[in-house]
Amino acid sequence: MNKKIYLDHAATTPTKIEVVEAMLPYFTEKFGNPSSIYEFSGQNKEAIEESRELVAKAIGANEREIFFTSGGTESDNWAILGIAESYKTKGNHIITTTIEHHAVLHTCEYLEKNGYEVTYLKVDKDGRVNPNDLKEAIKETTILISIMLANNEIGTVQPIEELGTIAKAAGVLFHTDAVQGVGHVPIDVNAMHIDLLSISGHKLYGPKGIGALYVRKGIKLRSFIHGGGQEKKRRGGTENVPAIVGFGKAIELAITSMEAESNRQADLRDYLIEQVLEKIPHCRLNGHRDFRLPNNANFSFEFIEGESLLIMLDMKDICASSGSACTSGSLDPSHVLLGIGLPHEIAHGSLRISLGEQNTKEEMDYLIESLMVIVARLREMSPLYEDYMKKQAKIER
Amino acid sequence: MYTKKVMDHFQNPRNMGEIEHASGVGTVGNAKCGDIMRIYLDIEDDIIKDVKFKTFGCGAAVATSSMATELVKGKTVKEAMEVTNKAVMEALDGLPRAKVHCSLLAEEALQAALWDYAKKNGIVIEGLEEPKPFEEHEEEEEEF
Repeated sequence: MNKKIYLDHAATTPTKIEVVEAMLPYFTEKFGNPSSIYEFSGQNKEAIEESRELVAKAIGANEREIFFTSGGTESDNWAILGIAESYKTKGNHIITTTIEHHAVLHTCEYLEKNGYEVTYLKVDKDGRVNPNDLKEAIKETTILISIMLANNEIGTVQPIEELGTIAKAAGVLFHTDAVQGVGHVPIDVNAMHIDLLSISGHKLYGPKGIGALYVRKGIKLRSFIHGGGQEKKRRGGTENVPAIVGFGKAIELAITSMEAESNRQADLRDYLIEQVLEKIPHCRLNGHRDFRLPNNANFSFEFIEGESLLIMLDMKDICASSGSACTSGSLDPSHVLLGIGLPHEIAHGSLRISLGEQNTKEEMDYLIESLMVIVARLREMSPLYEDYMKKQAKIER
Repeated sequence: MYTKKVMDHFQNPRNMGEIEHASGVGTVGNAKCGDIMRIYLDIEDDIIKDVKFKTFGCGAAVATSSMATELVKGKTVKEAMEVTNKAVMEALDGLPRAKVHCSLLAEEALQAALWDYAKKNGIVIEGLEEPKPFEEHEEEEEEF
């Protein structure tokens, strides 16, 4: 194989050609400010509203409940900080989980420093929240529950409908970071009792720097960016029209092909998981076997370290990612892998493969073959493997 | 993010392996922060005849251990004592800031192997200190 094999779609996706084409006129001839009064700019206002409808439709919401943001991180920040402030007279307690994205975790930590109390629910070994734990954690003062729909590292999908039902019964607002889920798994904010939901454009073949927050009608949410009257005065600043148009196009395409594409990717994923577990010893799958994103596989290879593995894969033109400390800029491995109970040394040797629309079975075969060689090579270099083999030899004697 | 030399030593590590009945073996680091280095020395008449390493860790960890072994091979014990983390880093044309601790680990692994050699042979190597206990590795926490 002599082309790059991109297996990191949970990090970002390529922007589709159709999406770029839909965006292009809004940089040049249709450059007008949507807030201007003349007809020429009015078209841009319409384009924004069309995108809003497409985003709303994708999650079963009303278009008036969709607010465009700069992406998933802003949506998470806005949802959590906004609710915390708007509902502080009701209480100061927030419930989330230990395996959320940092956009949620660091926002919660910030609130803790400012007088709020946060409960971090633990997850089981597969990364799922126990609904009973949520029930028990809810108190008089609980104002928000924020639990991600699907995990970005291990791909585990939460029992969102069940969690949403619990939140609704308790009268507590329910936010979900659905950045990894939208376009991959069916979402209906009403059936799932979701009050706030974060989406990102570039995870579903749209442009970077655009996302949305769904806010159920009737919820008080203070404006996050103060300025002009855009987004019903809740998010000031001239709209990023090209990105909004591209986002709308991307989400429309993603929803149209979701069923077929999810099934296709899930088949590839299952083939990959089966082959890797069979062909590489001392290896485990992280995340739930069944309740997982169709495009995610996450493995831990004992006795080796993730960054080395990534560099060697890169040398074979394979792009993937890892929960190893060395890729995060700190000495600690991923909080998600630690959160599902992996010991540090196993967490360091993790590999995340996230599939996309372009990936093929031939690429999976090439990946499996490459992994077998690389893992064996790194183990040959590993003092941990040496100790393990010597111990085994002693036992056999 | 890595220099050409680091990539070269990562892709083609020098002296990777183990030495049976080594004169000295040193293992440092811990799995918790993701780096473990082991260096084997074969010393005869005060000369490092052979040296091998094994490393569990990132690209920089592998490259620094490889370079450290190359720098001490054929040298006297006294000369090997002069192979510091700085020397290893310079020989690799530098390391990213977050990876400097890897070069420290290479120096420590080398000294731990020399310590083991000295202990086995009942000799004292000038300037050599007892290696840190195995689990003691500083963790940096970034504050922002």
